Amino acid sequence: MIIDGKAPTGPIETSWDRCRSSLKLVNPANKRKYRILVVGTGLAGASAAASLGELGYNVEVFCYQDSPRRAHCIAAQGGINAAKNYPNDGDSVFRLFYDTIKGGDFRAREADVWRLAQVSNSIIDQCVAQGVPFARDYAGYLDNRSFGGAQVSRTFYARGQTGQQLLMGAYSALMRQVRAGTVKVFPRTEMLDLIVVNGEAKGITLRDLLTGEVRAHTGDAVLLCTGGYVNVFHLSTNAMGCNVTAIWKAYKKGAYFANPCYTQIHPTCVPQTGEYQSKLTLMSESLRNDGRCWVPLKQEDKDKAPEKIHETERDYFLERKYPGYGNLAPRDIASRAAKEVCDDNRGVGPAGRGVYLDFKDAIQRLGENVLRDRFGNLFEMYERITDENPYKTPMRIYPAPHYSMGGLWVDYNLMSNIPGLFVLGEANFSVHGANRLGASALMQGLADGYFIIPYTIADYLAHTKPTSVTPEHQECVKSVMEVKASLRRLLSVNGRRTVTEFRRELGMLMWHSAGMLRSNKSLSETLATIPKIREEFWQNVKISGSETGLNQQLENAGRVADFMEFAELLCVDALHRDESCGGHFRVEHQYEDGEARRNDAQFCYSAAWEHKGPGTEPELHQEPLRFTSVHLAVRSYK
Amino acid sequence: MRPRKQAAPFERRNMTLKLIVWRQKNPDEKGQFETYTARNITPDHSFLEMLDVVNEELIREGKNPIAFDHDCREGICGMCSMVVNGIAHGGHERTTVCQLHMRKFKNGDTIYIEPWRARAFPILFDLVTDRSALDKIIEAGGYISCHTGGVPDGNDILISKTAGDYAMDAAQCIGCGACVAACPNGAAMLFTGAKVSHFAALPQGQVEAPERVAAMVKAMQECGFGNCSNHYECEAVCPKGIHTKFISRMNREFLKALFKENTGTFTPSEK
Repeated sequence: MIIDGKAPTGPIETSWDRCRSSLKLVNPANKRKYRILVVGTGLAGASAAASLGELGYNVEVFCYQDSPRRAHCIAAQGGINAAKNYPNDGDSVFRLFYDTIKGGDFRAREADVWRLAQVSNSIIDQCVAQGVPFARDYAGYLDNRSFGGAQVSRTFYARGQTGQQLLMGAYSALMRQVRAGTVKVFPRTEMLDLIVVNGEAKGITLRDLLTGEVRAHTGDAVLLCTGGYVNVFHLSTNAMGCNVTAIWKAYKKGAYFANPCYTQIHPTCVPQTGEYQSKLTLMSESLRNDGRCWVPLKQEDKDKAPEKIHETERDYFLERKYPGYGNLAPRDIASRAAKEVCDDNRGVGPAGRGVYLDFKDAIQRLGENVLRDRFGNLFEMYERITDENPYKTPMRIYPAPHYSMGGLWVDYNLMSNIPGLFVLGEANFSVHGANRLGASALMQGLADGYFIIPYTIADYLAHTKPTSVTPEHQECVKSVMEVKASLRRLLSVNGRRTVTEFRRELGMLMWHSAGMLRSNKSLSETLATIPKIREEFWQNVKISGSETGLNQQLENAGRVADFMEFAELLCVDALHRDESCGGHFRVEHQYEDGEARRNDAQFCYSAAWEHKGPGTEPELHQEPLRFTSVHLAVRSYK
Repeated sequence: MRPRKQAAPFERRNMTLKLIVWRQKNPDEKGQFETYTARNITPDHSFLEMLDVVNEELIREGKNPIAFDHDCREGICGMCSMVVNGIAHGGHERTTVCQLHMRKFKNGDTIYIEPWRARAFPILFDLVTDRSALDKIIEAGGYISCHTGGVPDGNDILISKTAGDYAMDAAQCIGCGACVAACPNGAAMLFTGAKVSHFAALPQGQVEAPERVAAMVKAMQECGFGNCSNHYECEAVCPKGIHTKFISRMNREFLKALFKENTGTFTPSEK
């Protein structure tokens, strides 16, 4: 079936303004009659909840952590993009729009990306007003740095902790609304089901992680701001708790899941040191501004100390392959280049899975102090993990799963195909296409929360009477019973293998066969293996403890169970998309020089999958991508 | 294509450690220490990865694993929180316990692991504590009251690099609560002082400065936190190296607020 994203037609430059003027409004006196449930408190969730609370809606906010301030946006290091053109280097809304479309390998909805670029400037203003301490130059003006995939400096930053500072801004705005009484926060709760009444989202079922109580909360709209799903690969830069559960439960209640195969592998992570490790630490992309990636030219040099390898014996592989962008090539391209040289047995460090990121030249050019000012906290973090000093010896880095561009399908208003269910931030699929550029995840989260949802949700609510659905409604009762039953089923297995063992088995399978490189063969084999792992999970998983009270194993087991189902959809999508684009690299489809080869004739669409019940193939819906302001081109960074 | 050599496997230098861990089933129960052995630990394990290994073993034996708060495991979310050998986060400069690595320990060491202990942080389960009191302090005034939209251009507000850097030094706080756990008075003055100073240093934060410090200090006291008596333990354990000068700044801001009549949020008798 063909689905419609309801993006405005006509000149793209005015598309958002025209749309905004035509959206319906809710009268201030009526706003307090509506209750909005927001799941997740990252940039998207916190900024949406704060903004909607300010407007006068009743907002309930849920997060699995002990405080809304802990969401994983906090770990974003490098920065946030905006088309301010403060450095006078030729930036514009169009250029940010174009870079994002091209960065996404022409697989995103044009109008959504334009809107993101357009509101990017307001985000910076908003954050400055909130007191976010962005870096300043000596005259007191905002400073910028460069980031991958762009030839202008448009990235605003707060040392290496930009995500933390933006999240603190959104969190403080949220807490201000808590004080004002418009927002109520429920920490240590996890959404385990979406409640749909007469085809519309009217609530969620959650588990209180401290008491074990399972209960329903109802409202007039549900906003899922629950982040991404790359923990499906076991190895990832995501926090340990990041999971697919909330959006997966929504999918199983009818929400379309779009482009699940678009996942991003980040090139600069601290390499794994042992099998016990799943969390890998990211080293910000901004390091590639000053660091140069290299490996030894000769295989026999890979165990030599790096300083003993002469300049002429080094292969600066990004500069060699991509002279135009050099070390700032986009993430998917840089990751594959690193894998390629390691597969050629020239990788360095434990297990031969690493490349050097060398700051020697930058230190000579700028001095150690300048680098300390720019990256001090990252260098310290690296030294803590590896016991090596990056001022003296090059960092070792290797790619790791980092971000998911795919997510629940939403229309231009950020509403899923289930009326009343909105999806924001990384949890939706909207703007990054098949690959996301650096410093644009923070931008999207805040754009969705501060400047899009406050307008678009009103258009939905204006058509909807305040709900009479309460937790006593039969759909709520049924959902609570089902959630309880599935928790009991998990506890009753009482097998012999731990949840972590299953998570590792599934994740490593996915990482090796559906990670950086994918093929018809690897995906078909994986699709045959996943059901076997899943079957064993439900017969042999061991969880101690009970359903009442804090039970961290039970929480993990539920998340892993959902990953086991979701992994299959990811592979189905990856297998169906018989082309390479952005982070989705099918080995069958590449140019002679190893670059991704798109197939626009057949695959210039977003794939939205509909759940058809357990054991049944999901149904594919297509949203064709039409480009009116840019020309489809081969994405080149040479 | 060149022939491929087998890459060297992960290095193994095994350590065995004795852990003495606080176990507590709920806030009302009296907890106790239990002893465990951590085996097959390498110097590259982080402290929490070491606990993961121990927990896997406990689960296989059908015992309840040790519950602890954690999430990002890169020292920024502030969720991890445990006292290791008597010191919050384990006593390595500017290091959260999730970033503490086992190379800092020796084979055969005995390690004591306890939760944060402070009046304002009730123990919920094993090493998990309730730190919502910190959210209460922010709720009281830890923000600039601007609405979404309708704000000036970012460059209309000039901020000297010195002021920006100072604000950033304060704003780095991750809200883990180690300062409270380390303080003999269970004070949250480093946490509160950092937030007060972050905003007080910026022009945007000036308008509400007196109300902010008054409300946040009041909330701090209502939540059961103590006051500072200059032990400097907070600064010593802070994983972000937040300086105690921010406590002095808060005291100055508080004093300034006392002389302002327009605070409206408190009167001297309430102090």
